This record gives sequence, structure tokens and C-alpha cells, in this order.
Amino acid sequence: MNIIVCVKQVPNTTEIKINPTTGTLIRDGVASIMNPDDKGGLEEALKLKDRYNAHVTVITMGLPQAEDILREAFAMGADRAILITDRKLGGADTLATSNTLAAALRQLEFDLIITGRQAIDGDTAQVGPQIAEHLDLPQVTYLENLEYDGKKTFTIKKSMEDSYQILEVDAPCVVTVLASANKARYMSVRGIVEAYDKEIEIWGFERIGIDEEKVGLKGSPTKVHKAFTRGVKAAGEMFETDAEESVGIIMSKLKEKYII
Amino acid sequence: MDFNLNRKQKLFQQMIRDFAEKEVKPLAAEIDEQERFPIETVEKMAKTGIMGIPVPVQYGGAGGDNIMYSIAVEELSRVCATTGVIVSAHTSLCLAPILENGTEEQKQKYLPKLASGEHIGAFGLTEPNAGTDAAAQQTMAVADDDKWILNGNKIFITNAGYAHVYVIFAMTDKSQGVKGISAFIVEKGTPGFSFGKKELKMGIRGSATAELIFENCIIPKENLLGRIGGGYAIAMKTLDGGRIGIASQALGIAQGAMDETVKYVKERKQFGKTIGKFQNTQFQLADLLTKIQASRLLVRSAAFKKDNHIPYADAASMCKLFAAETAMEVTTKAVQFHGGYGYTREYPVERMMRDAKITEIYEGTSEVQRMVIAAALLK
Amino acid sequence: MNISEYKDVYVFVEQREGKVQNVAFELLGKARDLADSLNEKVVAILLGYNIENRANELIAYGADAVICADDKELEYYNTEPYTQAVCQIIKERKPGIVLIGATTTGRDLGPRLSARLATGLTADCTKLEISETRELLMTRPAFGGNLMATILCSAHRPQMSTVRPGVMRAHEKDESRKGETEKISISFDKSKFRVRIVKTVKEKKDMIDITEAKILISGGRGVGNEKGFDELRALAAAIGGKTEVSSSRAMVDAGVMEHARQVGQTGKTVRPSLYIACGISGAIQHLAGMEESEFIIAINKDRYAPIFQVADLGIVGDVHKIIPLLTERFIKK
Repeated sequence: MNIIVCVKQVPNTTEIKINPTTGTLIRDGVASIMNPDDKGGLEEALKLKDRYNAHVTVITMGLPQAEDILREAFAMGADRAILITDRKLGGADTLATSNTLAAALRQLEFDLIITGRQAIDGDTAQVGPQIAEHLDLPQVTYLENLEYDGKKTFTIKKSMEDSYQILEVDAPCVVTVLASANKARYMSVRGIVEAYDKEIEIWGFERIGIDEEKVGLKGSPTKVHKAFTRGVKAAGEMFETDAEESVGIIMSKLKEKYII
Repeated sequence: MDFNLNRKQKLFQQMIRDFAEKEVKPLAAEIDEQERFPIETVEKMAKTGIMGIPVPVQYGGAGGDNIMYSIAVEELSRVCATTGVIVSAHTSLCLAPILENGTEEQKQKYLPKLASGEHIGAFGLTEPNAGTDAAAQQTMAVADDDKWILNGNKIFITNAGYAHVYVIFAMTDKSQGVKGISAFIVEKGTPGFSFGKKELKMGIRGSATAELIFENCIIPKENLLGRIGGGYAIAMKTLDGGRIGIASQALGIAQGAMDETVKYVKERKQFGKTIGKFQNTQFQLADLLTKIQASRLLVRSAAFKKDNHIPYADAASMCKLFAAETAMEVTTKAVQFHGGYGYTREYPVERMMRDAKITEIYEGTSEVQRMVIAAALLK
Repeated sequence: MNISEYKDVYVFVEQREGKVQNVAFELLGKARDLADSLNEKVVAILLGYNIENRANELIAYGADAVICADDKELEYYNTEPYTQAVCQIIKERKPGIVLIGATTTGRDLGPRLSARLATGLTADCTKLEISETRELLMTRPAFGGNLMATILCSAHRPQMSTVRPGVMRAHEKDESRKGETEKISISFDKSKFRVRIVKTVKEKKDMIDITEAKILISGGRGVGNEKGFDELRALAAAIGGKTEVSSSRAMVDAGVMEHARQVGQTGKTVRPSLYIACGISGAIQHLAGMEESEFIIAINKDRYAPIFQVADLGIVGDVHKIIPLLTERFIKK
């Protein structure tokens, strides 16, 4: 069985802060990590590798430094890694990204394509289903558990708001995985030692072989018109008085702010 | 010359830090309080390969280096010194002497299970009357046909009871003095080998420390490690390596106490401002951080020497001496910065201060380190 | 693509077991505003089985017309039949804007549609407006909410966006509104139906999700114990609506509150409209979990408690006196 896991390098958004005076994002020193849902997806693939000796390929599109997460994937147990990187692919929205990834995936053999449900920098949850559509494959999103019959059928537990579904789908297909589906394994020490001896394949625009109109900024129907932070917080007011008056202050403030 | 970690070592640091934060830190206070050996953590470390970092792949290890091993002990000790010493004693004091002195058969027999963490390792040198004066061994090993018969007691043995494999030192020829000491591999469960009382300690209370008792304990002839009479040299060389491990532990404790203190002084307010805003705090923290970083450079340079087969005995003593005394100083001051809260078990610095003390004592007291360093200087 | 051919604001109506989900009413409300500023119509896309009777409800919430596909294949949501149905409608009718709820269903359907139609999709919008050039301005958070971005989809139609439940407000239900309901049939390509639903199981999930609350009354050490939290619960009940009680780590560690209600680095990150911090000193770890709340009131005895640094309104005082009085005021209201 061949499994391909699409992963993304993202800034650890929990560490991003707003500069309180300028209102701009402070990204300096914020670590880049493997997107958590993608890591959950990689774990799902590695479980299938443990059990069915599946061959696991990880693929990412991004800047050259995205190599780091591919090394991490090697150290966790992935067999092959592909980094799609090219200036021509920059500025892509989800549709252009999915077009690029789908073009690359067409050149690979697979029974199962796994993506994370969504990335923590964009939170869109779109690329997985869009890849499925481009490749004309069935999709199951919000995967919480996956069983494989060892031949061709996957039985999947899909998590929903107030329920779950049990779905069946045959290979080949695309699933999007929740980080909570798996506690991802740690990189093994031996895996880390060997990760830097393995080859990461670098695929550029030419190697992908796709119409330039479909990728990068050109291939993106949505464009960022403007980006802004929520603005700097003004210093709050403070009062020290008796309980009765305090309650009065709270009530009038809530009315003033239309909260009640 | 490059003082930075390479990419492999950095990736390893990322993993071990993540592991320490998620798997080790949550248990630190509990295992201290209950004086409980964290066997579940050992199992998790085994699965990840932390129990066999600097062991070649051919013997079931991870094929890493001593810098990585040092980083592991540092990062584990940063959140839990008990966990740090379990790994350190296992790796430096049991895996290393077998790897460095064992026959091919011994290596094939013992290393894979130890390196995979299926088995835990320990080391027995100290006796009631042979502490710093390790040459005064009273445990005896007598050859008898195809076996050795051991009699005697070892005390303060880390991982005792939980370890499956013990590297034990005993006199094989009293008349030869230190040259009459030999090393042996003894397995748990061997008839005549039992455990005495468990020590109740000030710190690293989750680590199992107990007495080993040998009463006509019979082990096969092939369990002699190295040559007859070569035991003392093995012990000393093993302790050189072990000191890098303990220095890493001390470094981790110091860094952990620093982390806690930085967090606290940014939060705690007195006289209308955070205590971190006082220059007294700032100057003291600056001095402490400088010492921590100096310890780190000493530790890494000793590990680098070991990896590159450069003599490192004095470097190991220096890093252990300096890191241990730094750990004691940083943790003591960390408690002081925390004030009354620091003296309570609500904050981890009191545990760190108790844990730090042992690093000045075991695997050679600070006095022994000074002896080693001076001896190398004045020879 | 001739953009001028595309007009009207379409809303994908999500139903489960025949019940229209609230998010659909919320989207109809927003669609109404957008359509009014464009001087266009609001059209609801209603898919399901034995579902036609729901159309009037959609009109009452703001739709001018309802397109209803009533088919056994559409009884339960499944990606492919739904994608085919919505795609057919969009291709035939050419809407200018399509709004979809950002539920597990909408987030499964939306991207599949956008790829099939080769148009843009903007996820989880918190604000939707019409620009001077009659384009849809779609504003959404990024980088974990640290940054807001306004997105345009200028050269492709329809302009599609998903919106999370609770973000937009439904208009008042108006039973007197009139509108057309049109039943259509979908020509399915069943060879593409490749995912089989074995079963759907309702879960009695622990439904407290403090991240969904509009107002959080949060207690720390100063609240003290179970009895103290009863005072907070009474206030939450008096305020009503989506008001929940949450807690600092100290009270979770003390076993007074459950972990699901913990705010902070090791708990949940919340950004309600109102966060009332009662007797919480404000450790950095706690602040990280709540400082993005829209309005923060802190009540604490210690005037130097760090919580006051992030509070919009700080009250130095005793929570045990202030909270019961505040509760009384809400009950009287």
C-alpha cells in the first residue's frame, strides 16, 4: 500500500503576539512547526505502515526551509519526502495550492492520500477536499479513526458537531485527519540520526508540469485586499469603591458597550 | 570551530524538549512526593530510543553521539532530575562500560536489550567503606572452575531493583590492591543476588537507590568484563563518562530553576512593580545565567572530546564540578527569589534545590573532581 | 467568464434530519443585508428528502426564493450527491455570491464545490460587506486570530464564503414575507457516489464548550470553593443566553472545576464578547487564554493583580459581595 501525506510548515501561532504599541504581528523568534493536524495525518499513515508495511511518502509545498518538517517526518518514520518549491508557486490561495499539489500527486502512486483537516495559520480546511476534487477521488473529512481491511476498503469514523458517522470508502481516496485522532509519535532518536542522510526530492515548477495560469498568485481566484490587526488595546479603567457602587459601574459599562 | 549544535542535534533537542514537557514534567512533583520510580516514563523513553542514544545501531542503539546524550539528560533534568539520572546511570554506567570493554559476545548478549530500553542498567562500585576511596573494595569474587562466586555489599546504587543488568566491581586478588579489582556483569535474578534497603533521600526521590547484596552469588566465567585486574581502570574510565551525564543533569536542573525564576519575577509584584524590575534581581539573574551558559559550554566541550576520542577525563571533571556547584547556587537563589512560595511544594524550585545537592556528591564529589583536575594539572 | 451574468445571493441551507440548522437562518440574515445593498435577491438552496415544507420558514427569515431539490439521495449529507446538486444549481442559475455555514458539512462541501467550479472560497468569514464596486469584501481571521484579512474574489464567480455558526445574526422571523418556492430535480451521476454511510450516531457529547460562549464568568482562587462557584453559576443563569462559567487552572487543580472549563495555556483559549474574571490574579498562562476577549472585567481584592493590566474595567473589591449584588441586578432586569 502506498500512502501520501500532505504536510505544511506553519508558524506556531500560539506563540505569535501583537506588538502592543505598533499593533503589528511579532513573528521574530516564533518557531516553525509541522502543522498539528498534518502530524495527526502522518501518524495515521505510520500506523498503517506498522500494521500493513505501507510505504509512506510525505509531500509539502513551501519555502526551502520547509525541509525541516520533512526531516521531522523522516525521523518519525516516513520513507520518502518531496518538497515542492518554486518562486512561481508563491502567493497561492487554497485553489492554486490544491492545483499544484494535485499535479504533483498525479505523478505518484497511491492508495490513500492523507491531509490534515486544516492548518493553524490559515484554518481554511480547503486544500484536502480540493485535491480530492482535482484528482476525481472520493473524500472523507474530519477523520477521527480509520480501519483498513487490508485489501481495499477503509472504514472511517468521521467526527461531526453532535454526532459521528461511520463511512466506508474504497482506495484510492482522500481523507483529512484531525490532530485529535492520534497522539503523534515522537521522532525516534535513531530516526533523527538517520534523517539527514536521506534524500529530499526537490520539485520545481518545471518538474510539476502544470499550466502557469493555475498556480501561484495568477492561479488564485481570491486575493488579500488588506490585512490588519485588531488594534491596540487602550488602558482600562480602574475603580476601588464599595460593592454597591461597583455593581453600578459594571452595569452602566455593559450598557454603554451594548453587551447587555 | 563551531559552538552551535548541528541540525541533527537541534532536531533532537526539539524532540527531547517536547518529550520532557509532555511526558516527564507532569509526573515530576508526584514521583518526588511518592518516592516512586517512574517505570511508565522509562517505557516511553525506550520506545523513542532515549535509552540507547550513544550506542551503535549494530547493537540496537540509536547511533547518536554523546552531545545528543548530554542534551537528553539536560532536557529531562530541566523538568525532572530523577528521570535525568535514570537515563544517565543506565547509559553512562552500564551501557558504556559494556560497549567499551565487553567481548563481542557480551555486547551481542547485553547491549540490544539495554539500548532498546527493554532492560535497565546499573553500576555497583560504592561500598560502605569504599566511597571516595573506591580502591578499598571489600566485595570479593573468587574463581571456581567455570564460574565466579561473589560476596559483599554495594550501597547507594541507582536504578537498583529496577535494573536487569549490573556492572559490579569486586576484588579478585586483594594482594594486588587496585590492580586486583575486576569488573563483572551480573543479571538480576541470579541466585545469591538480592537487594537491601531502599534509601530515603533528600532529592531525586523518584530514583531507586538501594543496596545490592551478594551472598555466594554464582555467575558464569564469561561474565567477567574486561581482563582480570582491569576493573579499577574500567570503573575510573566509566566514571569519567558518567560525569558528563551528571554535569548534564546539573545543567538541566539549573536551567529548569532559571526558567521558573524568570517566569516568577515577571509575574510577582511587590511595592507596585514586578520583582524582575529591581536591579538586584536583574544583576543576580545575569550572573546566574552566565554561569549556566558556562556550564553548558564545558559540558558540550567534554562530550565533544569524548565523541572525537580526545582525552576528556579532566574536562569531564571540570564540567561536573562547575555545573554541579552552579546548579546548587542557581536553585538556592531560585528559592530565595520565590520567597515564602519558593519554600513550599506549590512551586518546583524547592524540589530542584533538593535535587541539585546530589550532583555535588555522586559519581565523584566536588572534592574528587578538584583532585582529578589538579592531578592532571600538576602531573 | 462574464461576471455581469452572475447575480443574487444564494445560501446553502443545512438541514439535519429535516431540521434546518440555525446557521442557515443566520446566513439568510446576512444574505438579506448583502442583497439589499446590491439590490438583488436572496435565494435559499434547500436540499433533502421530504423537505419542501421547510421552504416557508426560509422565506420568513429573509429568502426571496427557495430552490428545493427533494430527493432520497439527499436525505443525509454526503459529499458527492450534495456537490452535484449544488453545482448544477450554481451552473444553471449563476449566483453572484454563495454563502455556506462553516460546519463540518459546509467545510466538506464548500472546497469541493470551489474546486469543481474553479472559483474562490473564503473560509470562516467574520464580516461580509459589499464594496463600492459591488464586490464582496470577505474578512476573516488568520494566524490564530492574531491577524485579520479582507479577501476579494474579483475575477471569478460565484464569490463563495463560509461563516461559522453564531457569527452572523438571524433577522427576526417574519411570517408575512412572501417568496417563491421552486422544486427542481437533479440529474445525478451515481457512478461517482463512492462513500457509503454505514451509520450516523448521535453523541451525548459533553456539550459544554466554553469557547462557544458569548459571555464567560470565570473564577479563580479568590472565588475559593464550590460554594463560591455557585455564586458565579447564579450570575451566569441570571444573564442567560450563551453564558458559561469557566475557571482558572488553580481551581481545576484543586478539583473544584472540571478541566473542560479551564481557560489558559493548558486549558482553552477563549474570546467571548465579555469575560468577567472573578478573583483571578492573572498568571501569564491564564492571560494567554483570554486576553483577546472583546471586553474584560476584572474583580479582585489585590489592586496589583496582573489581571488588571488586560482588563477594560477593573474593580478592586470582594467578589463574594459584588457577584451576588450583580446577580440581583440581572434578575430584576
